[in-house]
Amino acid sequence: MGELDVLKKEAETLKTQIETARKAVNDTTMEAASSGVAPAPRIQPKARRTLKGHTAKIYALYWALDNKLMVSGSQDGKLLVWDTHAGILANCVPLKSAWVMTVSFSPSAGLVASGGLDNMCTIVNISGEKPKTMRELDGHDGYVACSRFLSETSILTASGDQTCGLWDLETGKQKQSFLNHVGDCMCVALAEDQNTFISGACDSQAKLWDIRDGQCKQSFIGHTGDINAISYMPNGQAFITGSDDCTLRMFDMRADQEVMCYQNAQPTAGVTSLSLSLSGRLLFAGYDDFNCNIWDSLKGEKIGVLSGHDNRVSCTGIPSDGMCVSTGSWDSFLKIWN
Amino acid sequence: MARDMAEKDILKMEVDQLKKEVSTPRSAVSAAAKETIEFVEAQSPEDPLIKGVPEATNPFKEKGGCIIS
Repeated sequence: MGELDVLKKEAETLKTQIETARKAVNDTTMEAASSGVAPAPRIQPKARRTLKGHTAKIYALYWALDNKLMVSGSQDGKLLVWDTHAGILANCVPLKSAWVMTVSFSPSAGLVASGGLDNMCTIVNISGEKPKTMRELDGHDGYVACSRFLSETSILTASGDQTCGLWDLETGKQKQSFLNHVGDCMCVALAEDQNTFISGACDSQAKLWDIRDGQCKQSFIGHTGDINAISYMPNGQAFITGSDDCTLRMFDMRADQEVMCYQNAQPTAGVTSLSLSLSGRLLFAGYDDFNCNIWDSLKGEKIGVLSGHDNRVSCTGIPSDGMCVSTGSWDSFLKIWN
Repeated sequence: MARDMAEKDILKMEVDQLKKEVSTPRSAVSAAAKETIEFVEAQSPEDPLIKGVPEATNPFKEKGGCIIS
């Protein structure tokens, strides 16, 4: 047997061992375990605000920790910062590259990060009179699909070059590279203690990483398509992913496996984005078919729909106080619901 | 990046990772599900999207939209 065949055989043997170990602890399903839980109320949130200002598809949005400011990024080449309570525009950041895929605020909201097809993550200081570009993080060999601040001086990126990166904003250099995915990295979420993070990629896997040593600790299989969105459950022990395979899945890190699958009866639209309500009970998922479905995360039932966009819902977000859910769309509008 | 790696190196990376993951500690799904359910249920009463936001205190109570021309 050639060297490649030896390795392939070894991989298959190890995968079988792991599946056997997973089956051994698979003594129930989340659905069965939650059968005694009262159904979640059928909520029908109303669209309270429609924010119009972008002139092209919106690709990303992010809430500030003050639960009031929200930033959105569009392929019109702008980041718009909204005062969502007053319903007015608070700031406008023109981008060098219009091909934005991700936006985020630093904890103070004094910095915004954006990234996209320019393969860079650009950090802009918006706390002054005028937005000022502070850093252009150059080092990825592919698009930057997601960026998340750890602090005012540190940021995590997910890239089409199949790696994630941890960057020091004081030096502008990459401190750590995370290599183990074999497909474009599309999304990341940081654990509360910031010692670990989870990533989703086009290899259909989600992975848990140690931030300091750069090692992949656990890999989660189950999806059959690109994973576009990922979010921790509030207990920090489980997480939910959304995929082009039209499903969302809950994975538990203690059991090291998938514990729930959220799938429409006629699954035809990929999941682009997801957000969890404050308790984690409500799962809001944006789809390619212009809708945002509301799922009961524990019982796996669809309990509502947010309809109002005229095109794909590309991003969703819930502020840290859980007071609303926002959606952003290719129709160029953002909506705020509760 | 995995994209630039030779097939042999990608497979080696995969095998090395699988070897590590074989010994991942795994606990029962029943125990994990129970804890998740209890955690979520305990937080649910204070979840604004579940209990609803009273009109009076809703920071997003309807005013209309924001249109920039």
